[in-house]
Amino acid sequence: MKQLIGGFVLVLLFGACKSNNTVKILPIYGSRQAVTKTVNGQQVTDTVYQTIPAFTFVNQYGDSTGSKNLQGDVYVADFFFTTCPTICPVMQRNMLNVYNAFKDTAGFKIISYTIDPKHDTVPVLKKYADKLGISGNSWWFLRGDKDIVYDMAAKNYLVAVSQDSTAAGGYIHQGYFVLVDKQKRVRGAYDGTDMKQVNQLIDDIKTLRAEPAAK
Amino acid sequence: MKLKIIGSICLIFVALVYSCQSDASIEFNRYYSSGNMVYQNHCQNCHGAKGEGLADLIPPLTDTAMLKNYSIALPCIIKTGLKAEIKVSGKSFDGEMPAANLSPIEIAQVVTYVTNSFGNKQGLTNSDQVGVDLGKCGQ
Repeated sequence: MKQLIGGFVLVLLFGACKSNNTVKILPIYGSRQAVTKTVNGQQVTDTVYQTIPAFTFVNQYGDSTGSKNLQGDVYVADFFFTTCPTICPVMQRNMLNVYNAFKDTAGFKIISYTIDPKHDTVPVLKKYADKLGISGNSWWFLRGDKDIVYDMAAKNYLVAVSQDSTAAGGYIHQGYFVLVDKQKRVRGAYDGTDMKQVNQLIDDIKTLRAEPAAK
Repeated sequence: MKLKIIGSICLIFVALVYSCQSDASIEFNRYYSSGNMVYQNHCQNCHGAKGEGLADLIPPLTDTAMLKNYSIALPCIIKTGLKAEIKVSGKSFDGEMPAANLSPIEIAQVVTYVTNSFGNKQGLTNSDQVGVDLGKCGQ
């Protein structure tokens, strides 16, 4: 009997150790396809994942920025507009926690795309950033062509965004924070209005930053 | 045994106190708890669960002196929104507050909630008062 208990405890301990040692790997979202190519005369099949396409927009400082400036960065993206009366203030309040956790971390950025580029001009975005207390280059508020932004939201970031004159503020959008890895693949989506999920995001950013860049 | 007696005496005492609550405080509690729901549905996204506001974008609701100064204007501000710049807790805010389509009773409830939460303690604002105040902005 004693041996049995001893064995049981051992198994328990082993189990505990095991779960501590497993490295968490975040899932990769989006469509994927197997691509077969010939390398050195041998057929090699590789999985190609969906990535965020190249884009060039303008940030709150009036600088032209885009995917080129995100090379090798882990970043979080969301969609908002400065006059949004509904979920944006909650999202930005939570995103401020993410900002404060990583603002001095190189290789990490927050990208907020405006979905109302007509109103949210560069000076408007700058003022908004200033009032939120954002400085430096770790959180960009980007303004780009509306159609491209909406298209990217739906197809690449998998976030629904639409214009609707009946909605408060004139737009409907989901409050997801989308986590993108160094290879521009979507690795997570978190409800930006839910503090618990945002705390999970902060943990996952650390996990993702520790992930080796090479496949 | 002794504990049981003491316990039941306490219980009776609590029940007595509760049933003796004045009409005024029952009315206040009803306004306050309904106001909490109105606040969650119409105000909390921007002003926050603790009335903390958001940085320099959205003013907090913790400036008691200011709330007192604005007590007559509050119903109109809630009903029709606010575009003018205001100073709250020493900071100036110039963003636009959207109009909330609320009835006078809902406005009274939420004003009661806000002016008695987040460190404020200004008592009941009833719907009659709100009706009078709304008249001042033609509502």
